[in-house]
Amino acid sequence: MTKTASPREMTRRQLLSGTVAASASFAIGAGFIAAPDAAWALEVTHLKPETMATLVRMARDIYPHDQVGDEYYVIAVRGYDSAEMAEMVEAGISALDAAAQGRGFDSYLDVGWERDRVDILRAMEESHFFQTVRGGLVTGLYNQKAVWPIFGYEGESYSEGGYMDRGFNDINWL
Amino acid sequence: MATSFDLDDDNVVVVIGTGAGGGVLANELAQKGVHVVALEAGGRYLPEDYVNDEWESFGQLAWLDPRTTSGDWRVARDFSGLPAWIVKAVGGTTTHWAGASLRFQDHEWKALTTYGRVQGANLLDWPIDAEEMDPWYDLAEKKLGVTLTNGHAGLPGNNNYLVFEKGAKALGYKEVNTGRMAINSEWNDDRMACQQTGFCFQGCKWGAKWSAAYTDIPRGEATGNLEVREHAHAARILHDDAGKVTGVEYFDRDGNLQFQRARIVALAGNSFESPRLLLNSASSMFPDGLANSSGQVGRNYMRHMTGSVYAIFDKPVKMWRGTTMAGIIQDEARHDPSRGFVGGYELETLALGLPFMAAFLDPGGWGREFTTALDHYENMAGMWIVGEDMPQETNRVTLNHDVHDQHGLPVANVHFDDHPNDIAMRNHAYRQGQAVYQAVGATRTFPTPPYPSTHNLGTNRMSEHARDGVVNRWGQTHDIANLFVSDGSQFTTGAAENPTLTIVALAIRQADHIAREMSAGNL
Ligand SMILES: Cc1cc2nc3c(=O)[nH]c(=O)nc-3n(C[C@H](O)[C@H](O)[C@H](O)COP(=O)(O)OP(=O)(O)OC[C@H]3O[C@@H](n4cnc5c(N)ncnc54)[C@H](O)[C@@H]3O)c2cc1C
Ligand code: SF4
Repeated sequence: MTKTASPREMTRRQLLSGTVAASASFAIGAGFIAAPDAAWALEVTHLKPETMATLVRMARDIYPHDQVGDEYYVIAVRGYDSAEMAEMVEAGISALDAAAQGRGFDSYLDVGWERDRVDILRAMEESHFFQTVRGGLVTGLYNQKAVWPIFGYEGESYSEGGYMDRGFNDINWL
Repeated sequence: MATSFDLDDDNVVVVIGTGAGGGVLANELAQKGVHVVALEAGGRYLPEDYVNDEWESFGQLAWLDPRTTSGDWRVARDFSGLPAWIVKAVGGTTTHWAGASLRFQDHEWKALTTYGRVQGANLLDWPIDAEEMDPWYDLAEKKLGVTLTNGHAGLPGNNNYLVFEKGAKALGYKEVNTGRMAINSEWNDDRMACQQTGFCFQGCKWGAKWSAAYTDIPRGEATGNLEVREHAHAARILHDDAGKVTGVEYFDRDGNLQFQRARIVALAGNSFESPRLLLNSASSMFPDGLANSSGQVGRNYMRHMTGSVYAIFDKPVKMWRGTTMAGIIQDEARHDPSRGFVGGYELETLALGLPFMAAFLDPGGWGREFTTALDHYENMAGMWIVGEDMPQETNRVTLNHDVHDQHGLPVANVHFDDHPNDIAMRNHAYRQGQAVYQAVGATRTFPTPPYPSTHNLGTNRMSEHARDGVVNRWGQTHDIANLFVSDGSQFTTGAAENPTLTIVALAIRQADHIAREMSAGNL
């Protein structure tokens, strides 16, 4: 259901270094966003680069896993960079930035503590935009085969003959 | 060459749906020489087609035609278009099922007599009892090759089971084992033993788990008496002026409306589609729908009192390895009103893969409370709760005339509110389930809400008297002699046990009855 192309492969090709926005964890260039460490980059065609960067931050704040790299969150939300979705997403992110400004920050990306960002998200939890992004992440993030090993999940096992001889009852601490 | 019967052949029995009820009935009739046309809305998938991938398999097998929901159950909020997790394919939900195969306890056939009147519940005794069902259960257990019956060894316990067993014993539970499972623990019935692959819900690629898709259905077809029409969606059951059914209108794979004549029609489309079809078949003679003189068609929808308990430990469990559900605690299945509710419940091991765990652990949940749980996915163990829920007249399947499916037919709306007895029982089970894991050192436990329903029962219930229900002791509708119901919707009450063994036993018994009545010239 979800595309599972290796993020690193996909992005190396498109990598572009840009100016590092002061408060964001992203390097942003014209039509591109990229990680400061060059682990990934994404070309955006319908969304503003700042919008995509904010969306990635929002995705991580909704489902924060510190051991999961940004590239997986990028894959989970990159589908929003489309003609059909752009308007809804730009409006949603504007509302997010407005909420941040209401609390004295420049933008959502400017909010330093996760706790403050989560407060902003909680306040808009019932919105269509939030629920769309959250709901999409459930499959968009957790159904990426590449993230499964990070959680220890082994996935498909038939081709290996199941776990009959591979530890279905190997628990040793009981 | 596969058998095919003429659309005008009015000597055939038409079975609608090929799951636990319909698939078994079709084969059993075919074995007795009765000509059967089985209409199945879904396509045909066999072990080589199944995929070890939760969402991909869901897309392949699940019933995704639109449905709507209402009521106070959390499913109506979290999964409003998906009240049930059931299959649209040859073999029906027996492709997805986990294989737990339990008989009812004797008293559960007589819920009204045993529990007495319960306010707000529409309890009734089944018109049949344990003694009558005994021989049919014997046949069903043989057919399904149920472990811990007929000399079949139990399945070996996997990691998830070993944690569960240790906690259960620490709490003093006595009836704890790997369960009666329709999964081969050794070679049996031309099918191999379970390889502990752990994707029982996605269709067993080894064929170790019984499913009608690769047992009863091909065996019925091999007799030359059964034709299974795939991608054939029954739309309406028609009748003549005498009030007998004459056949079934269905949409074929190209979307064309066809009419198959029938001597008898047996309805087995699961507990949403079967009442929906009866209601969609309303006519000037039967303005409230077929077989609905009691007004009970669609009512008394039961889904079992369910929920899950997951727990995190400080060390790995790897619960996904091995059988999805081979483990049971039966000590709480008894009827003991001193616990604050009538009826009982079973605790059964359950594992979900990471993708489904993310969707079902706490639907709608987000933030670190949610994600720190998944961070320890490898250290998780899980169990499922299944108990008797109260039939309520207002829990019901109705037609939603505002929403139509791909064929233009009004869809089923499923309304469900928990009964106070269901809530009391669930809370008790949450406490006990969490205690089991705490007894083995769980560092965190999760009383997880019910998933979209997997057990769907009661919407065409069986009753002694025509005024109280839709079908009689044979699953024959009270109103129309040549119209039968053959799936879980016949259930008068749900009992604490997973329902499929009982659905299968009833289908074997019904086939015997229909064949006998046909040769006696009564049908
Ligand atoms: C994940 C999961 C795990 C389960 N585990 C267990 C378990 O361990 N033990 C247990 O006892 N039970 C279990 N169950 C429940 C079990 O699968 C069902 O109780 C059983 O399959 C129901 O049988 P049925 O004949 O009523 O319906 P189904 O098996 O659902 O069959 C109905 C069939 O009718 C077809 N149909 C519907 N409408 C039409 C139409 N209009 N025209 C043509 N065809 C139609 C459907 O496509 C389907 O193939 C589980 C279910 C699920 C989803
Ligand atoms: S665990 Fe056993 S029964 Fe389940 S799918 Fe694998 S082989 Fe089949």
